[in-house]
Amino acid sequence: MTTTLELSLSPDSWMAVCEEARLTPGRGVAALLPDGRQAALFRDRSGRTYAIDNRDPFTGAQVLSRGLVGSADGRAFVASPLLKQRFDLETGRCLDDDEVTVAVYPVRLK
Amino acid sequence: MTTPTIVLVGHGMVGQRFLEALADRGVTERARIVVLCEEPRPAYDRVQLTSYFSGKTPDDLSMVEAGFMERHGIELYVGDPAETIDREARTVTARSGRAFAYDTLVLATGSYPFVPPVPGKDAEGCFVYRTIEDLLAIEEYAKTARTGAVVGGGLLGLEAAGALKGLGLDTHVVEFAPRLMPVQVDEGGGAALLRTIEKMGLTVHTGTGTQEVVTADGAVTGMRLSDGSELATDMVVFSAGVRPRDQLARDCGLDVGERGGIAVDGLCRTSDPAVFAIGECALASDGRVYGLVAPGYEMAQTAAAAIADEEAGDGFTGADMSTKLKLLGVDVASFGDAHGTAEDCLDVVYSDSRSGVYKKLVVSADGVLLGGVLVGDAEQYGLLRPLTGTVPPVSPEQLVLPAGAGAPVALGPSALPDDAVICSCHNVTKHAIGQCTSLPEVKKCTKAGTGCGSCVKVIEKLLPAATDKGLCGCFSYTRSELYEIARTLRLTSFAALLDSHGREEARGGEGCEVCKPTVGSILASLAPTIGLGGYILDGEQASLQDTNDHFLANMQRNGSYSVVPRIPGGEITPDKLIVIGEVARDFGLYTKITGGQRIDLFGARVDQLPSIWTRLVDAGFESGHAYGKALRTVKSCVGQTWCRYGVQDSVKMAIQLELRYRGLRAPHKLKSAVSGCARECAEAQSKDFGIIATANGWNLYVGGNGGATPRHADLLAQDLSDAELIRLIDRFLMFYIRTADRLERTSTWLERLEGGLDHLRDVVVHDSLGLCEELEALMAAHVADYRDEWAETLDDPERLRRFVSFVNAPGAPDPSVRFVPERDQIKPDLTILTIGTLEGATSR
Repeated sequence: MTTTLELSLSPDSWMAVCEEARLTPGRGVAALLPDGRQAALFRDRSGRTYAIDNRDPFTGAQVLSRGLVGSADGRAFVASPLLKQRFDLETGRCLDDDEVTVAVYPVRLK
Repeated sequence: MTTPTIVLVGHGMVGQRFLEALADRGVTERARIVVLCEEPRPAYDRVQLTSYFSGKTPDDLSMVEAGFMERHGIELYVGDPAETIDREARTVTARSGRAFAYDTLVLATGSYPFVPPVPGKDAEGCFVYRTIEDLLAIEEYAKTARTGAVVGGGLLGLEAAGALKGLGLDTHVVEFAPRLMPVQVDEGGGAALLRTIEKMGLTVHTGTGTQEVVTADGAVTGMRLSDGSELATDMVVFSAGVRPRDQLARDCGLDVGERGGIAVDGLCRTSDPAVFAIGECALASDGRVYGLVAPGYEMAQTAAAAIADEEAGDGFTGADMSTKLKLLGVDVASFGDAHGTAEDCLDVVYSDSRSGVYKKLVVSADGVLLGGVLVGDAEQYGLLRPLTGTVPPVSPEQLVLPAGAGAPVALGPSALPDDAVICSCHNVTKHAIGQCTSLPEVKKCTKAGTGCGSCVKVIEKLLPAATDKGLCGCFSYTRSELYEIARTLRLTSFAALLDSHGREEARGGEGCEVCKPTVGSILASLAPTIGLGGYILDGEQASLQDTNDHFLANMQRNGSYSVVPRIPGGEITPDKLIVIGEVARDFGLYTKITGGQRIDLFGARVDQLPSIWTRLVDAGFESGHAYGKALRTVKSCVGQTWCRYGVQDSVKMAIQLELRYRGLRAPHKLKSAVSGCARECAEAQSKDFGIIATANGWNLYVGGNGGATPRHADLLAQDLSDAELIRLIDRFLMFYIRTADRLERTSTWLERLEGGLDHLRDVVVHDSLGLCEELEALMAAHVADYRDEWAETLDDPERLRRFVSFVNAPGAPDPSVRFVPERDQIKPDLTILTIGTLEGATSR
């Protein structure tokens, strides 16, 4: 049986994104959302999954899914592949600029 | 008690600094603060104005931290300048008709550009260079112009000239004084600057004034100069100095100086004690108007302290006029008594017209450093300026000689006294910086390094962080130590290395964006030796690679990728060239010849990479590793085969070397070149390893670099046979890979290596450490194990699965990757990206 990764856009509404196995631990994938936005989904070493907005707010490019996952003080982050700003995967908060946060989406395995 | 009102007129850099100084002192808590700002946007960094043309947005230039005004309850009215002041009634009225009663008024109106009163100065095509709006207007007009002239060869004039040049105009600079930047530099410095700037293709006219702007139908067509000559130009930018904006003060009867400027005392108070003036509009108590931001900041602090009723210190009695700038890419700095006006002072001058470097120090008879001028190389400014007024610990000639000539004593920031001012923009001492532990902390607590930025290098050297040589927050080992650990313990995974040798707090975690690619590179370099598969994207290795290595292509600013097929030695058949052309045409890619004799194809979406590479691999191309910290290219000149001067077959050797070292992962990228004779057309001496043919064989040079910190390579060995050459390069590269730090090019590695070139020669030529056999074996394993990453990727459907824009819509292209035409090719459509950048982010 395969496990599917689902993402929620609004309470009680989940969309299937891909099989869990498509996520390499420490890397991300991008998903196209019905409203045209893009989400970046990640899995860390412990198997935990996350989803944040794919758009790098510093450059405008849809690339956060292609960044490297790391951790600091026990919290997972992704570093933008363009200018390397780091975003907390749970809260979307930018670790290098207090003023910036990206959207986060709830995810679950089904 | 009623709340007092402070009205600030003008919201430039100094005005904003004044508001911050009020907030620091808690004045914003107990007073109502109103700010009237003429420009349509809050304070921005006017010093960095020109960076707008290199891609900075007005938002990037903002000086106001988000939420600052709200947090401190400051009322800011933009686009609404103050028009009249009634000192008797203590009211200010703005253009909109808004009127405010004040208890304290602060004028920070800045200055306006001086436009010489010549006929035609108001014609269409005449501009000044002061605000973002000025720049937008210049940018727009330049679209239809071919030639531009800047009136004024001072600091701002050269900034403006750089901007026009950047906009693609044939650019002229007209300076009345006999040299460029007459205020900051002396004759020798001006001459060095002139040569460098002329080399960039700008035309400079010194010692001549502007007589008239020639017009036709109301638009600029040229200029008539005071030497009688005429200059055809489509636009004119006046940048001939600034004048204090003191009209408001004049109108309400405040004292102003004879040549302008609102007269203030040491506390920045005008002739009316309820009114202060700060920054470029003020005439300081020493009788000068200061046109630099640092003195303005000092005045802002002084006025804020006076308003907060703090015990008066010395107040503002004058300021240091030291400056360091990068104009048109040339470093220019002057500090202290740069013109040597002190009695009996002496000069120490170093001048090299070939490289455009000019350095002069002014010292007193008893050895006190009084000031100086640096052109072309201002690296030492951060150290010299704080030493001004002291007897330096080494002789002045050692301070001006370049590294390598006359063996200068390395003078580190540790030589500076505790009260030395390191950041002159914000007046921060070495002692204050010593209280912090990291650069971000220094910037936050002291603001040092956030002005012109010239002191950042010195600050970094003062910080204790420099003593923790650990790779990152996850490892306390250096890259070379990790290499040795992985090699000797045969550790084949990042997780194993992190969990056994990471810092205590990082074990079991994810690692970070610094150590993951570094370890990925180490594992790739060691793969054949430690028994790891050679494909860098298998298993855990896939999660370690930077995005470029992960997609085997180079990510560009809009998220698209560029593709560089390998063209060994720069030699290519017409058929293969045609294939590249066809691929570029069929996929609509932007095509550019690189500096390394190959062809870069830009604008591929991630999902197009496999089809592009299928065509390229079918035609016999392989990965050029432009995306990797790996061997890039071995350039060559055409050599003995065709060239009448050639003494060896440089193309053949270049191809042989490129095929031998292709795919070799290293701490940083590696570049090479082979020249067929001493004329050195392949520029081998600017490469990590460069080879120059001699009548007797090959000379090997190592540690060269181009880029931001150019370095000529050092001669490692002479007159080598083909086999000797290759064996020596094998050893050199493997020794470098083994011992260099992360992202350390061979040039910096060699500079850092204890014992330098002699030690390197001992190790790789004379085998003093007994390592050579092992180094050669490592390289032999690499050569035997090499496989083309792209061919391997295309052969495996599982590996190809990552090349999609969206995991849930494999066929769909990314709609945000779009292009617009330019010069018959494409370029990224950035409007789609910049519209609402930071829009996906919520400001908190």
